[in-house]
Amino acid sequence: MAEFVLERANYWAIIGLMMVGLYITFQSTNMIKRLVGLSIFQTSVFLFYITLGKVAGGTAPILFGKDAKGHGDGGGHLTDDGHDNLAHGTGETAAVELGVTGNPGGLQEIYSNPLPHVLILTAIVVGVSTLAVGLALVVRIRESYGTIESDEVRQSDIETADAQDADDPARQVA
Amino acid sequence: MFETVVALAPDIVTRHAAALIVVAPLILSGLCAFMPSGRVAWGLTVVASVISVFCALVLLYQVQTSPDGVVSYALGGWAPPLGIEFRVDALNALFLILVTGIGLLAAVFSLPTVVAEIQQEKRALFYAAHLICFMGLAGVAVTGDAFNLFVFLEISSIATYVLVALGGTRDRRALPAAFNYLIMGTIGATFFVIGVGFLYAATGTLNMADMADRLTSLGASRTVHAGFAFIVVGLGLKAAMWPLHQWLPNAYAYAPSFVTMFLSATATKVAIYALVRFMFTVFSPDYTLDRLNFATLFVPLAMIAMLACSFQAVFQTDVRRMLAYSSVAQVGYMLLGIAIGTSAGVSGGLFHLINHALMKGALFMAVAGVVLTYQGTRISDFAGLGRAAPLTMTAFAIAGISLIGMPLTAGFQSKWALLQAMLDSGWGFAAMVIVASSILAVVYVGRVLQAVFFLPPANPRKVRQEAPLLLLVPLWVLTLATLWIGVNSTGVIALTDAAAEAALSGRAMQ
Repeated sequence: MAEFVLERANYWAIIGLMMVGLYITFQSTNMIKRLVGLSIFQTSVFLFYITLGKVAGGTAPILFGKDAKGHGDGGGHLTDDGHDNLAHGTGETAAVELGVTGNPGGLQEIYSNPLPHVLILTAIVVGVSTLAVGLALVVRIRESYGTIESDEVRQSDIETADAQDADDPARQVA
Repeated sequence: MFETVVALAPDIVTRHAAALIVVAPLILSGLCAFMPSGRVAWGLTVVASVISVFCALVLLYQVQTSPDGVVSYALGGWAPPLGIEFRVDALNALFLILVTGIGLLAAVFSLPTVVAEIQQEKRALFYAAHLICFMGLAGVAVTGDAFNLFVFLEISSIATYVLVALGGTRDRRALPAAFNYLIMGTIGATFFVIGVGFLYAATGTLNMADMADRLTSLGASRTVHAGFAFIVVGLGLKAAMWPLHQWLPNAYAYAPSFVTMFLSATATKVAIYALVRFMFTVFSPDYTLDRLNFATLFVPLAMIAMLACSFQAVFQTDVRRMLAYSSVAQVGYMLLGIAIGTSAGVSGGLFHLINHALMKGALFMAVAGVVLTYQGTRISDFAGLGRAAPLTMTAFAIAGISLIGMPLTAGFQSKWALLQAMLDSGWGFAAMVIVASSILAVVYVGRVLQAVFFLPPANPRKVRQEAPLLLLVPLWVLTLATLWIGVNSTGVIALTDAAAEAALSGRAMQ
């Protein structure tokens, strides 16, 4: 049992962070705290992807040793060639990890899968933009409501709606 | 006629249509942001929309003429499945036409309402944000890569939060509405990413077609189940599937009129497309429908949406809120058809989706016209408008009647198609719910129409004042399309049948 838990320590950490993040997002009334919770939640997903990319015994996905020599004949040529080979390796490594197909693009050494890292770079950018827009919105809410507590905002919205209904001619007739 | 339009396309368009549909609005949105006046930015927006519509038509033509019904475009020359692929078949060709077509009409109609509702210095930036949103939606519809879909989804969503928040100058309640939408939307998108992560762990690929192949050979595992659940919940949030629709009514009620119109006709529709794509193309129909019994969970949810949200719509005093609740109810109709998974059901659901985009677009355009001329969205503000603005209100009435589903309108055709699909597949109870929900629609649309045509004007401001021509033309295009589909629906049904066939092709093969 302990082995089962410890072997998957990274996944437990991810689940823990995910729950913490979601809980803060739902429970908090302070809008900044809700955004913080959202960021923690997103970060847990980033970690999930990074964990997926790890291949047992693999190193950073930069060609070295025998692999580098195979492509090291020309100076400027190297990057093009290496890039191409790496791109092939990407799909295959992930497949190997799951035992779908065999040969990882003719590479001699074991590398971790770089693709999830690239994906997460994109996702981080998306997360930062969301956070920026969210914070900008909180600034605007603070300017027009004078508070960043969502229950107070809701209360003053209800008052606005009641005031509008009060001078609604249809209601007055009824 | 179709061929002659497509024959006009220059070589670059025929070869790169799939990429141009996304790239043209993206580049022009950057230009828009630097334009000194809103009018020039509006011109650029219309140009970008025209280019996208043209590319969508070219793509539809290519899909219809290609032997296997698929147009594949390798982005940057990197061959799929490793490179990102834009992949268009009959299903997304339909959605591309819908999104770009509505986008063009919305762009034309936007000028007067944006001048009235957005501050001068923000107009150019407003159009830039709109184009980014438009580009994101088109990107979701065109891409064949699961992670790329997430990126486009978030590009359009982030732009949407900004657009909704711009309603804050008219009514400050737009700001918390946009904030809640941001929280919910981001949770939805993150759930989707978790799901894609599970699928990537199981298959080692992100290309949707490739993923589908590998999933059939892998069979179902717990990883795949978890991925399916996360993806359905995430996309369901974006599509305002009941009970994940809480963000929608406020966002639609307080956003600028133009934004409400554009979003109601496209944003949730594109999320439904993504849902259909994952349910039936990535996961095979056999997995979704037979192994997971998708219908037993989603048909009840769709039925609750149709009844509960129609019921809520009846009690709204604000016309835009009422239409927003009605939108959630209509999403129920679409999901109902899609969830039963027969080709008639999926086709009916998609048919209703298109009709709903047309009629909700028309309804919100008409409301935008009223906001422009009379500055009010409560039902009491609409009193007596039938005489003050006959053209706007006639279009509103026709679209409203179509929403109810009266014969000779588009709404009737698609509800009838759904009803038959339900009866054929043994969901007679769901057919009754369709009728019951339509009766509720009679009540809520009827309340507004009664005020418009039979009540005396409550407000002395209501002298005869029609919406401007730039607004009336797109409004009547949508209204006439609604009527035309109501009379002669064969053309659209052919498109939705082809789309349903493309969506369910996995089932047909086995």
